Amino acid sequence: MAAQKVKLLGFWVSPFAYRVIWALKLKGIDYEYIEEGIFNKSPLLLQLNPIHKKVPVLIHGDRVICESYVIVQYIDETWPHCPLLPQHPYERAMARFWADFAETKLLDTAWLGLCARGAEREKAAKLAMEAVEKIEEVVKGKKLFGGESIGYLDICLGWISYWLPVWEEVGSMQIIDPIKFPATSSWMNTLLHHPVIGDNLPARDAMIEYFQKRSKDI
Amino acid sequence: MFLSVFFFLTGKLREMLPLHINQKLRKKEMGEENKVTLYGMWASPFVRRVKIALKIKGIPYEYVEEDLRNKSQFLLQYNPVHKKVPVLVHNGNPIAESLIILEYINETWKNGPKILPEDPFERAKVRFWADFLQQQFLDSLRSATKSSGEAHEKAMKDVFEKLTVFEEGTEGFFPNGTPHFEGENLGFLDIVLCSLFGSHKVGEEALAMKIIDPERHPLIHSWVTAMNELPVVKETLPPHDKMVSFIQSLRGNSLD
Repeated sequence: MAAQKVKLLGFWVSPFAYRVIWALKLKGIDYEYIEEGIFNKSPLLLQLNPIHKKVPVLIHGDRVICESYVIVQYIDETWPHCPLLPQHPYERAMARFWADFAETKLLDTAWLGLCARGAEREKAAKLAMEAVEKIEEVVKGKKLFGGESIGYLDICLGWISYWLPVWEEVGSMQIIDPIKFPATSSWMNTLLHHPVIGDNLPARDAMIEYFQKRSKDI
Repeated sequence: MFLSVFFFLTGKLREMLPLHINQKLRKKEMGEENKVTLYGMWASPFVRRVKIALKIKGIPYEYVEEDLRNKSQFLLQYNPVHKKVPVLVHNGNPIAESLIILEYINETWKNGPKILPEDPFERAKVRFWADFLQQQFLDSLRSATKSSGEAHEKAMKDVFEKLTVFEEGTEGFFPNGTPHFEGENLGFLDIVLCSLFGSHKVGEEALAMKIIDPERHPLIHSWVTAMNELPVVKETLPPHDKMVSFIQSLRGNSLD
């Protein structure tokens, strides 16, 4: 099964698609990338993910898997070399817990901040900062969440190192203050300097332009 | 004198052991080794999921009922981030979030029925649909319970649409058409479905509306009905009348 062809439906600026790209690259898995236009969804996407109509979608042989964190775990379990999730069940539970926390308490609130204005934006940014305070405690004393190598939690939270600074710039908000959050800032830096992450990121200028337009449209 | 020298010497020998063995011994002495405690609330469907999983695996545990209006220091210490139930404490280590707890139980207690399938693709499917129920469906249901009038009708329409998506998406799980369970072998998705809809008659009575209609959603209806026959499900069902009053008061509060 592992030898079957792998395809990834993605969108060039989607942090969720990049989770899957990083997981595939870390494991050295060959795949074909298919770019989707999210405003003009292809019949292929609508057929493969009729429920959410979203990227990423992983196609492995005749199997179709949707939702980035489901895909990353699928990849980890199908290709067990270079494991992404920790071995110990408690540490796995912690990785899943913090991935879920960051998704709901940081990503959602930061995105809300980007799309909101005035007091609403300030409120969202404040909530996002409170979430970072908790993440700071988790990453303190660690090079990466996965220890010496990139793990599941680094992949799930990786968007913080690159997408969040773009959203901060576009939204004129500061969520990651390097003085308040030295451990998180250091982790972001380590991640960006890792070849698999650093060499697999969308162009920043294009991202700024894209999110400026999107935040106005919303 | 001899005894005090003896204890002194054994204490010193203990200190020479590797740290992780010392910690294990200490936990054993404190009775924490393999001790499982579940912090919960009687009406919570999320807590019920964990109870079902622990029963399926035959794991003995201590249950602690929480008053969510007056949370215990233990709950706040074990789940400082969300301050919610369920929290499972195993060997002194707390795990929060029901779906994460289910995965933890599956990975830690390898004997007994598997809660998640072994095959990665089958796992991906159950994780996907559990997440669908947990996020998409519950969001719709919450909107419906917090609204009235036209907004409520619109929200209910959304609830039924989501149920249809689930019904159609999971058809392939039962090649024979009818859900059937061997013994108490409920899996991850079964447990999530059971916790949300197992008491659907209670919800229907409390809210005076049909949620699981056998004509509109025959698969979900037969799936839930089959599960409700199992002892492990019956034993974890909260008392009917108490549950009806509870749901009615929740709805009343959310409409104020």
